[in-house]
Amino acid sequence: MKFTLSWLKDHLQTDATISQVVDAMTMAGLEVEHVTDPATKLAPFTVAKIVEAVQHPNADRLRVCQVDTVDGRKEIVCGAPNARAGLTTIYAPIGAYVPGLGVTLVEKPVRGVVSNGMLCSASELEAAGDSDGIMELPDSLAVGTPAVDALGLEGVIDFEVTPNRPDWLGVNGIARDLSAAGLGTFIDRKVEPVAGKFPCPIKVKVDGDACHIFAGRLIKGVKNGPSPKWLADRLTTIGLRSINILVDITNLITYDRARPLHVYDADKLVGDVIEARLGKTPAQPGGAHEPSPQKHADEQLIALDGKTYDLSSEMSVIADAGGERPIGIGGVMGGESTGCSDETVNVFVEAAWFDPIRTAQTGRTTGISSDAQYRFARGVDPESCADGVELATQLILELCGGEPSDLTVAGKAPAAPAPVDFDPAYVQKLSGLSVTADKTNAILTALGFKVEGGKVTPPSWRRDVHGKADLVEEVARIAGFDSLPSTPLPEVARAVGGVLTPKQARARLARRALAAAGYQEAVTWSFTSKATAELFGGGQADLLLANPIAAELDCMRPSILPNLIEAAGRNARQGFPDVALFEVGPVFHSDRPDGQRTAVTAILAPHAPRGWEKRPADDLYSVKADLIALLEEMGAPVASLQTAQGSAGAWWHPGRSARLQLGPKAVLAEFGEIHPGVLKALDVAGPVYAFEIWLEAVPEPKKKALKTKPAFTGSALMPLKRDFAFVVEAAKSAGDLVKAALSADKALVTAARVFDVYQGPGVADGFKSVALEVTIQPVDHTLADAEIEALSAKIVAGAEKAGAKLRG
Amino acid sequence: MTDLATLEAEITAQIAAAGDVAAIEAVRVSALGKSGSVSALLKTLGSMSPEERKERGAQINTVRDRVQTALTERKAYLEAAELNARLASETLDLTLPAPYRRKGSVHPTMQTMDEMISIFAEMGFAVAEGPDIEDDFHNFTALNFPEKHPAREMHDTFFFNPKESGERMLLRTHTSPVQVRTMLNQKPPIRIIAPGRTYRCDSDATHTPMFHQVEGLVIDKAIHMGHLKWTLETFLARFFETDAVTTRFRPHHFPFTEPSAETDVGCDRSGGEIKIGTGSDWLEILGCGMVHPNVLKACGIDPDEYQGFAFGMGVDRLGMLKYGMPDLRDMFASDSRWLGHYGFSAFAAPNLASGLS
Repeated sequence: MKFTLSWLKDHLQTDATISQVVDAMTMAGLEVEHVTDPATKLAPFTVAKIVEAVQHPNADRLRVCQVDTVDGRKEIVCGAPNARAGLTTIYAPIGAYVPGLGVTLVEKPVRGVVSNGMLCSASELEAAGDSDGIMELPDSLAVGTPAVDALGLEGVIDFEVTPNRPDWLGVNGIARDLSAAGLGTFIDRKVEPVAGKFPCPIKVKVDGDACHIFAGRLIKGVKNGPSPKWLADRLTTIGLRSINILVDITNLITYDRARPLHVYDADKLVGDVIEARLGKTPAQPGGAHEPSPQKHADEQLIALDGKTYDLSSEMSVIADAGGERPIGIGGVMGGESTGCSDETVNVFVEAAWFDPIRTAQTGRTTGISSDAQYRFARGVDPESCADGVELATQLILELCGGEPSDLTVAGKAPAAPAPVDFDPAYVQKLSGLSVTADKTNAILTALGFKVEGGKVTPPSWRRDVHGKADLVEEVARIAGFDSLPSTPLPEVARAVGGVLTPKQARARLARRALAAAGYQEAVTWSFTSKATAELFGGGQADLLLANPIAAELDCMRPSILPNLIEAAGRNARQGFPDVALFEVGPVFHSDRPDGQRTAVTAILAPHAPRGWEKRPADDLYSVKADLIALLEEMGAPVASLQTAQGSAGAWWHPGRSARLQLGPKAVLAEFGEIHPGVLKALDVAGPVYAFEIWLEAVPEPKKKALKTKPAFTGSALMPLKRDFAFVVEAAKSAGDLVKAALSADKALVTAARVFDVYQGPGVADGFKSVALEVTIQPVDHTLADAEIEALSAKIVAGAEKAGAKLRG
Repeated sequence: MTDLATLEAEITAQIAAAGDVAAIEAVRVSALGKSGSVSALLKTLGSMSPEERKERGAQINTVRDRVQTALTERKAYLEAAELNARLASETLDLTLPAPYRRKGSVHPTMQTMDEMISIFAEMGFAVAEGPDIEDDFHNFTALNFPEKHPAREMHDTFFFNPKESGERMLLRTHTSPVQVRTMLNQKPPIRIIAPGRTYRCDSDATHTPMFHQVEGLVIDKAIHMGHLKWTLETFLARFFETDAVTTRFRPHHFPFTEPSAETDVGCDRSGGEIKIGTGSDWLEILGCGMVHPNVLKACGIDPDEYQGFAFGMGVDRLGMLKYGMPDLRDMFASDSRWLGHYGFSAFAAPNLASGLS
């Protein structure tokens, strides 16, 4: 909302400058968005008179003018066609910044003649008006008059109002707060009732639901037409359009008192009853505002904006003709059929109160955000109906003449705010501010609250105040948040062992570990497209957004993989195909709290630069190494993990993916190469290697009372290594042989590592040779040859059980 | 020349002529080995008279020692020469590049969040979490948003499709539902922060449909707004890592706090970019206030016994201000160059000993 300083001064006696007003508004809780202060902007510009204008010796279109200015007579070169002797216009001295041009004037010759300043057009001053030439002002203006005064320009303050303070949507409401804050004296412009000359011939009917209270009056014999300059200026300065006197008066009062009004051309009304009722069309689930083109509501209204609106039973409808003809949407917009024009002679003035929630809903349904709708949706003072009509009557009689009827009122205002039990000491308890009880009461009284014997009654325009905390806010913001005492929090015992849960600590550790391993952390949307989600096992109905920001972001992601893969694709399209990305974030399996898990996901799209050293390219096993290292870092029981090859999701390469699990129901992670078909669907070139860990599935280490580690038991005996080469079917997992070797003697065999896998001459077709290096760590004595032989035989026997033969 | 002198001269010449370590070894064996020439002379001593043996023995031993010394010296010389020759042949061109290694990084939003957690942990705050998909009660109703109130509309909520039961889930618009869950599950005193993802249906240079918040909640019997002010002043000075940070509390309105405030930090916008800790402009940075009695009641806490404050701030936005990222949307674009430029080292984990960043 916007207002001007002079408008404010109608309600506040103050000498404050515009910047003082802005500061006081800010500290009272009014967020100032923008201030235009022409007095500052146009300070160097003053009125001047051209004494003589002659043709420039060297340019046809230029004139050399002798100008009487605030700085004395100046020779100024001017290109405007209307520069002529005797013209009163605006002068800018050398050094002035011309806002409309964005330049600062410097003294320089124009085609050989030095110009000692500039004569200005309206656009150069960023003022309204004709810009074909320099400004033409009344001759009565004295030379040296500031341009702001000559042009009647005013500072405009544009501010935001929080939804709790509809009373700030009127200038008088702002004045009341600023007065309480000490910026001046509030001028309480009480409205005196106007005596009616005859009974109101138009009856008003309300149902207490669509409309609670409706006040109105007929004024006969008015003469409508263009508004006087002061009224039109007041509205245009704050960005409104001047329409005609009657309409302008309603807008003026809307902004002056936060009291929306409506005027009907009484001669266009059908019948003598105006009724406020609910619309006749049942509300349609899913939004009555979008009926199909063929299907319209039973009732419609052509509103003042010329558009046709469907009316539903959730809207407040104003109707005449025995309630049959809609002539307005209550609190939102009037109808075109009964609007006031320049020809209006008999006018009916309406001031009503419409329910905020209903009005807000109607605004959303119709898409109308009018000044009235904006105010009613936030809550208009229900006690202001009669005053609104009276104030409008006074202005109409003053500007349009006419004869007023008696005031007619139907219904009753909703209950006034209830008194609140209030101990002024509560101000200090809740805010920490020390404000005396007298000061507390004075602030509340200045804001219109009634303070009586331990009870405080909010004024009718403060329906946001319900309890004692609300009253503390009033006192604290007026006393000033600047004086809140900065008070250290009481010391509390710090949690032993830090404040993070094990899961939080692991997420943090995973982030740092993967960054150290060369992966860049990304943060991507929690949503993806339904089609993509389906590729990764998601896309369930309960995870689809009803109002996505974009069609391709309509589903909660089942996995982080697609987001990272798509990111790899984007990077590749920009010429950076080599990426290693990871993300730690939520993935979703249902809309229940336990349907959300935290995934640690990493991908590698290897396109490393060629190297002179001819190292092999990164492959799936380097990603596996990173995965195992990370799980170990997290304290996962890596040695007990099964590698369940081929059991990972369908988005993986079926032959190059596996689950890491403690059992089929305890899957910690999946890793592998992404399925080429999935990559194709995501338009990303492969290969892409990846893993996804689910943090919740990684068992937490047992909590221990003390941090001590078990004693170190390094054996004094040398470990020995023995190599075995086995021949197995090519499809057999090498891991089975490793497992067989390890389980041959759990005490002695401490490691078994594949160091060669061979297929080719010397090994039968369909078979492969797998070479293991087995580490044997003697425990309490050096092993005799016979013992080693026996152990070797056990290893071979175990391997044979797993389908392998010792290679001859 | 005696025989002995002749023998020594011969051996010395052989030593000098030996061109490598193997040749020296051969000389050693032929002279000092079991059946070497000097050893053979020593064996003759046994058949001599004691006088003769004494004189002759001393002479032979002297020669043997000299030969031994000459052998050792020559061997050391030859070994050094061989090593030098080998080293000369082993030269590597060290201007060749080391193998390619990818450089990882931590995302600036997550770094910022870790910084915030670190500061608040030191102030005694625990870290609480909750689900991103919420219900109406936890996101709105318990937080004193009246049904159909305009304030709900201002939240640009993402909704899921309504279920047959009429229930309609949503994406949390703030991490306040975590506060609600905490108050429902834990008795005061409470001192937590709630970091996490939040969602609003909005997109431009300063709004993205997903962003991150850290909210704080302190509930006890005598916590007042002055504590809130100190907490935020202290946090902001530590976060921006300068004592020059100035803050301003302005009245504001939120449904869930009463009184409510917004906190601004002093900044300078004159150079086209925002500099915190200098200048005469103000920048709104977070919202806060005393927890509304209705919120306490909805969470089973008696507002006549307990009171406290809550605050909430945008993690991405504060990170952008501190580290100079100009566009919020870039935070979520995963451009590897951007991640490398604005990302943080794995080892820059914020802590109070080495500083935050």
